[in-house]
Amino acid sequence: MIDGEQALRTITYREAVREALREALQKDERVFLMGEDVGRYGGCFAVSKGLLEAFGPERIRDTPLSESGFVGAGIGAALGGMRPIVEVMTVNFSLLCADQIINNAAVYLYMSGGQFNVPLVIRLATGGGRQLAAQHSRSLEGWYAHIPGIKILSPATVEDARGMLWTALQDPDPVLIFENSGLYNMEATLGADAGPVDIHQARVRRAGRDISIITYSASLYKALEAAETLAKEGIEAEVIDLRTLRPLDERTFLESVARTHRALIVDEGWRSGGISAEIASRIMEGAFYELDAPVARLCSQEAPMPYAKHMEDAVLPQAAGIVDLVRHMVNAHG
Amino acid sequence: MKPKRTGKPEAAAVDRDHALHLLRAMTRIRRLEEKCAELYSAMKIRGFLHLYDGQEAVAVGVMQALTPEDAVVATYREHAHALIRGVSAGSILAEMYGKQEGCSRGRGGSMHLFDQETRFYGGNAIVGGGLPIAVGLALADKMQGRVRVTCCFFGEGAVAEGEFHESLNLAVLWQVPVLFVCENNLYAMGTALEFEHAVTDIARKAACYDLPSTAVDGMDVLAVETAAARAVAAVRAGEGPQFLECRTYRFRAHSMYDAELYRSKDEVRQWKKRGPIATFTQKMKRRGRLADADVKAIEGEVAREIEGAVAFAEACTWEPVEDATRFVYSEGRMP
Repeated sequence: MIDGEQALRTITYREAVREALREALQKDERVFLMGEDVGRYGGCFAVSKGLLEAFGPERIRDTPLSESGFVGAGIGAALGGMRPIVEVMTVNFSLLCADQIINNAAVYLYMSGGQFNVPLVIRLATGGGRQLAAQHSRSLEGWYAHIPGIKILSPATVEDARGMLWTALQDPDPVLIFENSGLYNMEATLGADAGPVDIHQARVRRAGRDISIITYSASLYKALEAAETLAKEGIEAEVIDLRTLRPLDERTFLESVARTHRALIVDEGWRSGGISAEIASRIMEGAFYELDAPVARLCSQEAPMPYAKHMEDAVLPQAAGIVDLVRHMVNAHG
Repeated sequence: MKPKRTGKPEAAAVDRDHALHLLRAMTRIRRLEEKCAELYSAMKIRGFLHLYDGQEAVAVGVMQALTPEDAVVATYREHAHALIRGVSAGSILAEMYGKQEGCSRGRGGSMHLFDQETRFYGGNAIVGGGLPIAVGLALADKMQGRVRVTCCFFGEGAVAEGEFHESLNLAVLWQVPVLFVCENNLYAMGTALEFEHAVTDIARKAACYDLPSTAVDGMDVLAVETAAARAVAAVRAGEGPQFLECRTYRFRAHSMYDAELYRSKDEVRQWKKRGPIATFTQKMKRRGRLADADVKAIEGEVAREIEGAVAFAEACTWEPVEDATRFVYSEGRMP
């Protein structure tokens, strides 16, 4: 067997998160995972399958359906010297514990004048596109990114799914990691030694000279697909994966816009008052004179998520929509 | 499991030193709160201000059972808890003045007193929000094999919140070392107990989670002390969480904005006759534990303390506005 081959393996996004959890539980005895169905069921999305057997019910702690109770308990445990990873099954249910996240976790350090930091990691499944209708398809990362005091991570790649958790656990403050449930089955090749990654920088996932497509989470793949289509027409799109929505790494996208002179933001969240509005504003503030065209946005339509497949597809941003918009932007403002 | 009703505690067992100690503690609270009201009128203190007059026996009685290693989680009516826990009156008042020498650096004010040294975890002003945190603090102790107690204070208003029920369930399910103390002062802001609860017996609600639960006269410091000592001993002995309902009454309005339209002056007058400081003083005098001179001495001592605290707060300094975003995140510990 050749060493190089041994060092690479193909794993899914789900397995990458599981591997990160396993590593954290092995490396730091203060770490424990708690949430609904994380233990005996193996995790709603099978992310924590097998961990109960390996680490026992104290550290892979099943909770009742008490989001506010167990997220608050996570805050308390973090204050008490533990490093809890709390799984909120999906972001939709996080509204039941929004009080604990926003009124407690995000403000304890500030409100106590710097005395009590909360080293808590919350993992949440997010995103639409699986015909789960209005109450199970939300993308609220951008909404949470409005709140000072917490950090918002959005791993779009298997590498980030593998690497962001450990870095988040080293952070002294609360970190929310949004895992897009549509990505759990996605495969990628990682090095055997794949490990922690930074959580403060956006990444250019595809270089291009004609336009910057700024996006995050599952929309990254729609943007990359659109970029391939556009390349056949001679339009080279640069695709930026934000990775972290708070604090926002504006330097990476402002530098990109300075190279391409056009910007399109693709966001599964809604347009009004969303993170796309924030990014557009940052471009106005930081790169206005670099622009050859108005900043454009492709967001979810302003409606609760419909169930029917064709309707859901129409509501969510799609690669074809990105292609159309970019074509227009490049040709109209060539 | 049925809630217990505690009988009359053995007041005869209280020696003179302890009587002095309890009276001094309750008097410190009363005089601090009076000073707060005065300073509020003088516009030295702003924001919301919730005073504790009438409920002194609860904070004082319960805290006797705690050691410095234990943790306290309290509500927005928490000046007394911070004070008795060991936070100085000066740093409490400085906090309400908004000065940076305040126990929360002037970031929290009256509702958000915090203190790392005494493990005082606020100052939580969303009703019910402190209960899950207390469960988590206790869980951390259990998982790390430490024998210490987390004591969580809240009012009967919190009992209507989902977090009350979630937290009691979690605490019993996980058998964590927490003492829940419900200060039932009969009014959630301006809504009386009978208008907010279908079942008004709070201790009974706790008992239905199989949580050992006791209801006690919250106007009687000795009764509270006895019940709390028992409950804390049980928590420390590894018997799991305990619940204590202290039936009490707040003499003042809910906050400085409250016109008190929801209760009669006569009702307040009746309750004041049962005031915890006056009744305790009388009882101790009758038993020969305290004399008039003792009461006078305590009043003098406390007056000097509060005077000193005001002078301290006055002399404290303002945080520079350039620091407004400090401590949104931890400093110097970024990954």
